[in-house]
Amino acid sequence: MRIRECGDSMLLVELASVIDPLVNTRAIALATRLRDRQARGVRDVAPGYCTIGVHFDPLQTDLLALEAAIADEAALVETMVTELSQAPIEIGVIYGGEAGPDLAAVAERAGCTPADVVERHTARTYRVYMLGFVPGFAYMGRVDATIAMPRHRVPRERVPAGSVGIAGEQTGVYPVASPGGWQLIGRTSTVMFDPTRSQASLLAPGDEVRFVPLAGSCR
Amino acid sequence: MSLGALEVIRPGLLTTIQDLGRYGHQAVGVPVAGPMDGFSHRLANHLVGNDPAAATLEITMIGPELLIEVDTTMAIAGALFEASCDGQAVPIDTSFAVQAGQRLKFGRLVQGARAYLSVAGGIRTDGVLGSRATHLVSGMGGLSGRALMPGDRVPVLAQTASRPVRKGVGLTLPTGRRARLRVVPGPQDDWFQSGALKALVGVSFRISPRSNRMGYRLEGPPLARLDERELVSEPVGMGAIQVPTSGEPILLMADRQTAGGYPKIGYVITADLPLAGQLAPGDFIEFAVCSRQGAVAALIAHERQLLRSADMKDGS
Repeated sequence: MRIRECGDSMLLVELASVIDPLVNTRAIALATRLRDRQARGVRDVAPGYCTIGVHFDPLQTDLLALEAAIADEAALVETMVTELSQAPIEIGVIYGGEAGPDLAAVAERAGCTPADVVERHTARTYRVYMLGFVPGFAYMGRVDATIAMPRHRVPRERVPAGSVGIAGEQTGVYPVASPGGWQLIGRTSTVMFDPTRSQASLLAPGDEVRFVPLAGSCR
Repeated sequence: MSLGALEVIRPGLLTTIQDLGRYGHQAVGVPVAGPMDGFSHRLANHLVGNDPAAATLEITMIGPELLIEVDTTMAIAGALFEASCDGQAVPIDTSFAVQAGQRLKFGRLVQGARAYLSVAGGIRTDGVLGSRATHLVSGMGGLSGRALMPGDRVPVLAQTASRPVRKGVGLTLPTGRRARLRVVPGPQDDWFQSGALKALVGVSFRISPRSNRMGYRLEGPPLARLDERELVSEPVGMGAIQVPTSGEPILLMADRQTAGGYPKIGYVITADLPLAGQLAPGDFIEFAVCSRQGAVAALIAHERQLLRSADMKDGS
């Protein structure tokens, strides 16, 4: 564990430099523990894949005490071995056609049929490693290596809300219409983010997700 | 107090509702937003007796024309505009009383880029996730998550008791369209070739036209990375100077995303972010290296300046 200073208002806690479920479990647990301490001056605690951002007001924060608290909590989460698997959240998706304009190209690149891509994408349970890009956008992994795809070199100017995409070994759902470079294989009508709900984001770090093919999907 | 409004006659170039930002939801990817120049936002609030967290209007480059529908007290801080109320010049960094039916007009921008208009009691739009700050890309907060448009009605309170005229000491604005910003190196300054930090502080960077509230793209000599390894995406904050593979740095500002995968050579210190917020495309930035202790000392000096405003007798 290493604590790096990011200017005067943020600390970056580095547990490692990998994308790994166990390290990610520890990062999420550490972020939760730090948030629960409600230390004076701390404005926000956000986990990444293997790091935690601690945002604070430098005029209200006892930095030495904060660093000591991080070290204490980090020692506790480092003994965590594995997280109990929870019931996955199911997201219904229409694959292919207008809903997934890149499905055919992904299949061609993978050397299989579009139906094979759908089968491989829906066969796995994905872990939400972190959220970012826009509110409620979850970076999930990992997809079957045979359907892992690089991003478009030139991003689309507008990806419709609900689009399900692949980028490298990651998969994700665009919560709102936005520019984006992921390979779009389908679309969901599930509302990923709604700030008026008691839980604004459908997905949180550490959640597990399964995609379910809906009628109308490419077969 | 009864609810009234400021009616938008002309919105200006980019006028948004901002408060101190939407903290507490970065774990699910919700950006903080908030003022580009937090010092002037807070000063404007202080001058009318508001809490620093009250919402103000952030006014960018070309200011609005507003029809005031309530008797209240206002203040303008930050960029120096020629502003007038029913043709009468209004002072900067000083509170002033207005009456229902008056028109507040922003004219020529003299210096800086962003002004903050505060109203006694604050702007009273509904909050989203605990904040009224507008985040333009995600369409969250403010008025329908967007910049003001003609015909919008910005909700404010009618004032019941008059407030004393208060005068403050404003931010020292950039002169000659350039500013010097202090930087604490890290967290990935070791990802760059040994001369990169020197290259960062040795020259002027020009703010690209492709800059906005999310960040300033900086044109200058590329900052050479040691190698092409990929950083695992990690949380970022305002003031981060991230460097994509092109070597062209991006200074992350108020509407930044919550995380990013580019290495950061340094972070601009909090005390200098308001000055950065007073820059516009085409302006120049020079960076200087600073310690974290120096950064905190500069911030304390800033806070002292903010509190060095005094009540004046009406009419003085």
